[in-house]
Amino acid sequence: MASIRTYHELTNADRSGLPEQIGAQRKRVAERLAGVGRVIAVMSGKGGVGKSYVTAHLARALARSKRSVGVLDADLNGPTIPRLLGIDHAPLPMSQSGIEPATGADGVRCISMAMLIEDGAPLAFKGPTAESFVWRGAMEAAALRELLGDVIWGPLDTLLLDLPPGMQRYIELCDILGAPPAVLTVTIPTAESRDAVRRAMRAAVDRGSALLGVVENMTGQGFEGTAGDDLAREFAVPILARIPWHPTPDTWSELGARL
Amino acid sequence: MKFLCVDCDKQMAFEERQLPGDGTLAATFKCPKCGRVVAMLTNPMETQLVSSLGVEIGGRTVPAQPLETVRKMVATGREDAFEEGGEPRGHAAGTNGAPTWSADAQERLSRVPNFVRGMVKRIYADYAKERGIAEITPAVMDTARAELGLEGM
Repeated sequence: MASIRTYHELTNADRSGLPEQIGAQRKRVAERLAGVGRVIAVMSGKGGVGKSYVTAHLARALARSKRSVGVLDADLNGPTIPRLLGIDHAPLPMSQSGIEPATGADGVRCISMAMLIEDGAPLAFKGPTAESFVWRGAMEAAALRELLGDVIWGPLDTLLLDLPPGMQRYIELCDILGAPPAVLTVTIPTAESRDAVRRAMRAAVDRGSALLGVVENMTGQGFEGTAGDDLAREFAVPILARIPWHPTPDTWSELGARL
Repeated sequence: MKFLCVDCDKQMAFEERQLPGDGTLAATFKCPKCGRVVAMLTNPMETQLVSSLGVEIGGRTVPAQPLETVRKMVATGREDAFEEGGEPRGHAAGTNGAPTWSADAQERLSRVPNFVRGMVKRIYADYAKERGIAEITPAVMDTARAELGLEGM
């Protein structure tokens, strides 16, 4: 049999235009975020360290200091940001140009899957259940892309992205944005948290993200360890805040001022 | 994915897409030289994977809608998630040359879950307007659904 030409050697225009469709999606995200001063991913390789709690209160502190702030709750399967921002459900205005985000405490703008799915229901997709792991990740990435590109954020000084535990959403975010976002890392003092967060920070560095610093949460009692100091030293980044179990508004204001 | 007619060494061109409604997809491709047609058939899982990318094989037939993938694919969407408004010019029934909706068509539209209804309504209205159809009836909806590949709408 004669040698068959390779995929890249077939150069005729493809009516499907799949690369163009993907390009249009990315362009839509870029245009939507053109009015956003900076995008910051709040992440940790560890669950339960208080990422969402820190994100919400940091957003409020920034808003109180007269900066326009949005929060995208990128934890699609366990969204908590609306409750943390005191947002009661109300239908979100939708038009051909996009969807308006909700407004929470201190004027923080917010979008979350919690606003779109039934109370108490999991994020479930239509489709074949067999081997759903094959496509579910891609479906969640598409949802994340639409929350970035179809929400009418308007001009923002800062858009905070509250990421779920693990690295998957961060990697999707890098692909969707076309450039790695700046990263704010949250940990608790324990060695277990340090080890997990270290992996996440290493991945962020490998992807090219700027590490803004470490927030050590739940300090002062209960948890022992030096995770914050260890990570700050290893990655040569500042500890932006140590958050006690009962922080005051000043705690968050100081974090916001250092960011 | 591309198709090559090995005998002619020519890239085959996309011809037609069909969504039978069972989660599968059929797309035909034709050799521009010898005219041979082949069909690519995908199983539900493969079709779903393409859908999850937010792209359409054969090219987009309607412009991308806000939160299109979320509204089409989320099974647990809340009925009161959206407040549809700011419709594009001409979407009010019978105004600005926009098509009207027959009673049967309105009744059928009312059975579409609210989570996705606004988007579906806009797509049908755009379809009718582009073709100079004055009234949207269930027959028009069926035709549009087949032509645009709106499986499940």
